[in-house]
Amino acid sequence: MVGGLSLVPGGGSRAAEILQLPSGLGERWRVPAPPSPTLSELFAGSPRDAGWAGFLLAQTDREKPLLWVQDRMAILESGRIYPPGLGPGELIHVEARDAKLALWAMEEGLRCSGLSGVIGELWGDPASLDFTATRRLAVAAERSRVPCWLVRLAGTANLSGARMRWRIASMPSIANPLDPRASGTPAWEAELFRARGYMPGRWGVAYEAGAFHLAAVPGRGTLGEVERLRA
Amino acid sequence: MERWAKSSDFGPDDPVVLTVEGTHGPIIHAVTRAAAERGACAGARLTDARALDPSLIAVPADPAGEQALVERLARWAGRWSPLVEVDGENALRLDVTGVAHLFGGERKLIADVQTRFALAGLTTRVAMAPTAAAAWALAHYGNAAAVICGKDTGAKLADLPVAALRLPPEATRTLERLGLKTVGTLAGIERRSLARRFREADNPVDALDRALGRKPEPLTAVPTSRPPRALLKLEEPATHPEAAAQALERLIPDLVQQLQRRHLGARRLTLTGFRVDGSTAVASVATSIPSREQKHLHRLIGDKVSALDPGFGFDAFVLEASWAEDLSAAQDSLVEEASSEREVARLVDRLSVKLGSDKVRRPQPHESHLPERANGWRPALEKTDAVRAAPAARPQRMLDRPEAIAVVYATPEGVPRRFVWRRAVHDIARVEGPERIAPEWWRERSTARLRDYYRVEDQAGRRYWIYREGLIGDGRGGLPEWYIHGLFG
Repeated sequence: MVGGLSLVPGGGSRAAEILQLPSGLGERWRVPAPPSPTLSELFAGSPRDAGWAGFLLAQTDREKPLLWVQDRMAILESGRIYPPGLGPGELIHVEARDAKLALWAMEEGLRCSGLSGVIGELWGDPASLDFTATRRLAVAAERSRVPCWLVRLAGTANLSGARMRWRIASMPSIANPLDPRASGTPAWEAELFRARGYMPGRWGVAYEAGAFHLAAVPGRGTLGEVERLRA
Repeated sequence: MERWAKSSDFGPDDPVVLTVEGTHGPIIHAVTRAAAERGACAGARLTDARALDPSLIAVPADPAGEQALVERLARWAGRWSPLVEVDGENALRLDVTGVAHLFGGERKLIADVQTRFALAGLTTRVAMAPTAAAAWALAHYGNAAAVICGKDTGAKLADLPVAALRLPPEATRTLERLGLKTVGTLAGIERRSLARRFREADNPVDALDRALGRKPEPLTAVPTSRPPRALLKLEEPATHPEAAAQALERLIPDLVQQLQRRHLGARRLTLTGFRVDGSTAVASVATSIPSREQKHLHRLIGDKVSALDPGFGFDAFVLEASWAEDLSAAQDSLVEEASSEREVARLVDRLSVKLGSDKVRRPQPHESHLPERANGWRPALEKTDAVRAAPAARPQRMLDRPEAIAVVYATPEGVPRRFVWRRAVHDIARVEGPERIAPEWWRERSTARLRDYYRVEDQAGRRYWIYREGLIGDGRGGLPEWYIHGLFG
């Protein structure tokens, strides 16, 4: 296998890292990222699996405050965000009573260009989350150029206006060189099942030293032993 | 009396007296006109009045309710003047200095006061005088229902009984025994001879001086600088639900202009709607940074204002920046583009207004090793410190309350092998730990147990933060319990 794969994290602000991708690799080796800020939808592989948070945080830029909206059920079921674990950067947390208020808060946040991103976590399939609601978020995100992630916990992928739709599950982490019994760099199995302008695909990715690394060969049905690919 | 009459089922001609409990039986507090004709008067004992006419109907009075009504009316009277004071049991004192011209002159102001109270079903006696004491005397003891006096205050006061000077009852009685029955007779007497007979506080000469403005009488609660406020009076009471929102649109530019002139920015805005029946409706919002931007302020308070209930109709509105902070002119940019901090502050305002300030929060770090205490939350409207880096790996998410899990381990002190959380079995593939966090003995009870935290990864690669509370044989309880506390991303 070819070593040193740096895959492209999301957002135009990190465009410089695209160059790290070795030539000769096909399009299917890259984790697609939207060319400009927009709405992406993330489905957690399981509501008890917070792996998506690592995948998402690796793509956020924390120079400006981040607005993180959680609805009540999401907090009860999979916990409240814990800032010391999220890394440095300003954060505004919104606890919404229900999905309707959460969507309202997200849209309000997307109108504000002083944010570096808006993350909204919704539990289940609320009635207020329909195509119109997601489409509104997508348009608002594109207009104000603030990236927006809609995280669905225990939800089903019905009609949505999101430009990219991911399914993220945790994957056994990369072996820890210092302690074989401990878990190492986290890895995720990311499936892009719908995207505008991109081929859907499936990747095993890890994030290390400021870049995404391919941690498993794509296309394989089962991801078995994780190979570590280094430069 | 009138408050009682409104809510009672007696006819207007019934001889009713309202009574309060006195030391020697009930005392008459107020009387109807019919009762007054039969010899009852306020202050007399009920038994004495009954002796004159046994047909009197006695009803217990409600002084607390009356006091509440007077206080409510005082707030309502804010429509005429920003300085309103409850004066005694049944009077309001308004400082109308420099206010009258807004209502078309003093006469019209008085007429307005009378009609408004009449519409609310209350009879008033209004007096306007250069001093508060003179106004009180004329309102309580004057003959006319409305009096205005300027330079002729002395002459107008002359005919009033000495009780109008608001002296203590003993002093009044002494004066009356001396034959000094009216205020006018006092003026003719040499001051020194009067001063000798009375103690400092009840000196009638001083009282007269206060009434005539020769001696200052301090008003209580005079704010040094009045908060910026804008007033809108309506020609006719507006009962339609959009009335308040429409009024707001006219008031905001006014208020913003005042803020601009005084180099202030509003931190708290209050819109008060004055209803015709003497009640008020209030909508109030707070902002995280001082602001005097019309659009922003309008957006904040707009929703709350349109929810105000007009009741019988609003006839005046006051928009007040009850808390304002300095905001220099330099911060107004010429271009429309706002700085990103201000944008975020505005976002926080909007979210806090709708969701409540306790739902929109920023992290506030605390000096503590206990993970749940190390990070607190504070309303985003307030200032918080920057989040510090954690000493060790911390999960991205924490459960509000650790949940008990069933753990299988090889040895009690060893690493966990498998755990059951919410009825799902997780086989632990990798584990790192323990990270021992001791209880804070200076804060907690002596039975608090230490925690051994493990970062575990199950077969599927999900990473959790679990802990064992206590050790076997630490003398602080039975077998250690296991809990799950966090989820890693």
